[in-house]
Amino acid sequence: MEHYNMNLTVKVWRQKNSRAQGNFESYSVKNISSEMSFLEMIDVLNEELIVEGKEPIAFDHDCREGICGQCSMYINGKPHGPWQANTTCQLHMRAFKDGDTIVVEPWRSAAFPVIKDLMVDRSAFDRIVQAGGFVSVNTGNAVDGNSIPINKDAADASFAAAMCIGCGACVAACKNSSAMLFLSAKVAHLALLPQGDPERKSRVMNMVAQMDKEGFGACTNTGACEATCPKEISISNIARLNHEYLRAGLTAEK
Amino acid sequence: MGLTGISLVLFLIVHAGINACVFADMADPEENGAMFNKAAHFMGSTVLIRITEIGLFAGIILHIVQGLLLTAENKKRRTVGYAVAYTAGSKWYSRSMGLLGTLILLFLIMHLYHFWASARFTGRGLEPVTYNGVEMHNMFGLMKATFSDWKVVIVYALGCLSLYYHLAHGFQSAFKTLGVHNKRYNAMLSSLGYGFSAVITIVFILMPLSFVLGWVG
Repeated sequence: MEHYNMNLTVKVWRQKNSRAQGNFESYSVKNISSEMSFLEMIDVLNEELIVEGKEPIAFDHDCREGICGQCSMYINGKPHGPWQANTTCQLHMRAFKDGDTIVVEPWRSAAFPVIKDLMVDRSAFDRIVQAGGFVSVNTGNAVDGNSIPINKDAADASFAAAMCIGCGACVAACKNSSAMLFLSAKVAHLALLPQGDPERKSRVMNMVAQMDKEGFGACTNTGACEATCPKEISISNIARLNHEYLRAGLTAEK
Repeated sequence: MGLTGISLVLFLIVHAGINACVFADMADPEENGAMFNKAAHFMGSTVLIRITEIGLFAGIILHIVQGLLLTAENKKRRTVGYAVAYTAGSKWYSRSMGLLGTLILLFLIMHLYHFWASARFTGRGLEPVTYNGVEMHNMFGLMKATFSDWKVVIVYALGCLSLYYHLAHGFQSAFKTLGVHNKRYNAMLSSLGYGFSAVITIVFILMPLSFVLGWVG
């Protein structure tokens, strides 16, 4: 693809802290290369803001390789921007053309309060995982990798669910701010494996209870989460979660 | 939401099936709604069905209450909205179930006034008709009179169209809520959902249309 430079207007949500009232600020950025990543464009803008003596835009990022789940921008009405199966850090400026106006907002959910500008507090996800997203094993020597036979289809489905990087785009995309796609990925990837079986019932009950406590909305199966997920987590995991929850609710001892 | 929804889907099947008796008129011009009137009389005079009717109303009310509670709870989960809405990831009707449900409810109030209230309580516009010595309401005649007005027919068609979109999301969503996650069945239920929604809607719209166009009655 041919390289080109562009001038853009970037409308960014600015908010001092979680209690402050936020508002949009417009900035113009010049000579942005089509080969830059979206975050590099924000870096350039921030450098300019610092030179001008202004507060740079706060945003989350870490690996910039599309695997850590830290970047979390809602760009032009879609979490992680216009591309499919993609994180913000892997969105490149060739997705835009000269003269475009780009609107950048933080994830919007009561369970993800804005810390500053585009940074939101996603520790609710950590607490959901702490409630049951693990397996308990005795420590000691590592067991042989193939000592427990696992059905290939189950292993594949489990791995596909385990691709979830916990970025929260599903919550940001959902009209109900539901965290069901995230939770379902975490429940499904362990429920499908023999290692996850001993805690299967308590896991789903505890994780769902924690999700409700955190203030996420209820799922209405609109499919927006699946459509925006950078790791293409299937919405069928939500149906699997509902199955797991029903099964545990009917048969768990407590 | 899913369970009450499925119970209402079951009702729709019975409702469409019974009412399709009006089409018997097409095959036999001497019929004049006899098959439909007998079916309606059976539905109205059988104790077991009258008891099921209480269950149906309970289902409708429960479905509405669940919907209102769900919408109210979910609205609270995003206090600051987006400047640019995300609409590409989901179907408009999946996001508008509350609105579609409200339209269906408004339609339902009118529909109950037209037929149900008349047959049970008021007797508005009903003539007696006798088959084999049994006197019953001429519901067929009431349908014919009600659907002689194009305005009523159009409002009914729009009500049924709301039902189509409500079912197009609701049918498949209900099974996901109940935990059906098998790939093969999901694909099947999804096509079945669209097919069912379309067939139910077409059958219902055909009834007022057939009366106003003079195909029956």
